[in-house]
Amino acid sequence: MTKSLGLSPMRNGRRWALGGLLALACAGNVLAEENPRDPYEGFNRSMFAVNEAIDKYAAKPVAQVYDNAVPLPVKASVGNFFGNVGDLWIGVNSAMQGKFADAGVDIGRLLINSTVGIFGLFDVASELGLEKHEEDFGQTMAVWGVGSGGYLFWPVIGPRTVRDTAGFGVDSFVDPVWRVRPVSARNSMVVLRFVDVRASLLPADKIVEEAALDKYSYIRDAYLQRRRNQIFDGRPPRLDD
Amino acid sequence: MFFRLTMKKLFALFFAGFLASSVFAQETPDALVQRVTEEVLDIIRHDKEIQNGSTNKVIDLVDKKVLPHFNFQHMTALALGKEWRKASPQQQQQLTAEFKTLLVRTYSNALTSYKNQKIVYKPFKMAPAETDVLVRTEVHQPGNKPVQLDYSLEKLESGWKVYDVVVAGISLVTNYRDQFGQEVRNGGIDGLIASVAAKNKSLEANQKK
Repeated sequence: MTKSLGLSPMRNGRRWALGGLLALACAGNVLAEENPRDPYEGFNRSMFAVNEAIDKYAAKPVAQVYDNAVPLPVKASVGNFFGNVGDLWIGVNSAMQGKFADAGVDIGRLLINSTVGIFGLFDVASELGLEKHEEDFGQTMAVWGVGSGGYLFWPVIGPRTVRDTAGFGVDSFVDPVWRVRPVSARNSMVVLRFVDVRASLLPADKIVEEAALDKYSYIRDAYLQRRRNQIFDGRPPRLDD
Repeated sequence: MFFRLTMKKLFALFFAGFLASSVFAQETPDALVQRVTEEVLDIIRHDKEIQNGSTNKVIDLVDKKVLPHFNFQHMTALALGKEWRKASPQQQQQLTAEFKTLLVRTYSNALTSYKNQKIVYKPFKMAPAETDVLVRTEVHQPGNKPVQLDYSLEKLESGWKVYDVVVAGISLVTNYRDQFGQEVRNGGIDGLIASVAAKNKSLEANQKK
């Protein structure tokens, strides 16, 4: 669940994130914690509250307007476009994890969708049977044996582990959208992408509200399960009950 | 767009999560999942009231078509973890009833919002003697990566029963484990039962508004 508003330049965001991590490392020792997977729960819960406010008063209302105003084919094309932009880095990560066949598919997707798919607006590759993968640098580090570290909740960015926060920093650093110039165009794209993602989450809001006894825990545990699933490419070893 | 698929969206896609139900005990588990999913989706596609968000109508549908094929006792035990064995039979029964109400209501609501998805059934193999299997499906929708939707089923005397639903790697059952544990630490099993019951009451009250 990423709520990357991306309204501030990434450079500052990263610096801020690093500072935050250092602060956390200290805070973690002070808080007595029951859940070993969530050693920074106190910090996380306050960030979660901040994020809920940002979402309620900014992100969600904008996403609702977008969702109502934009017809479905256009929304699909927006999603496809940014998905296509991401396929290069997904391919690099597949390769870094030793999955060269997957990497070939990812690059093939990029080539097909950028050309036949008209700058990625249409996901022709999926229809040809080239399945989209989900890879990022956090997963690559996990495959390399880097432990996840504790769970963190960032305002705007959303849930991450310590490892995946670092991974997200690397992902953002290589993200072509952040390299777009002029800056005004870049900002528009970053905002559009964020709004598109947030809008796609709208139907789920109600479900989480209704299903969760404690929304914070529900989202945390779902995120951790989901990451584990991604790292094992959809086939995680079974855990004992 | 590495962070495109996020938890909330996945849960939204869950709509098919309760789509397992059957009449034929002899049916293979994958055939069961497929038949019930298609039956339920077909009803939803043609029912204007459900598409307009009639919660009661979906709950009826889920009750009739889906619930007979779920083992809620097993689900509740799985959600609670090792505390389950410490609960009295009566507590187990109460908790199962409340948890069932919660799951059915939440996910029935999810069913009302969807119509553009397509379900793809993954190849399935099992040995004849197997009694615990995983049936894999995928939810496809325009503009998004397909979402994994898997069902764990066990073979009981009464046929194959679903005891876990996993959306994009998130088990809708074990995702409650920490929350349940938290409630049990605060107020024991009875405290947990009371919390789930209170949640159900507030959801019902909201719906009437």
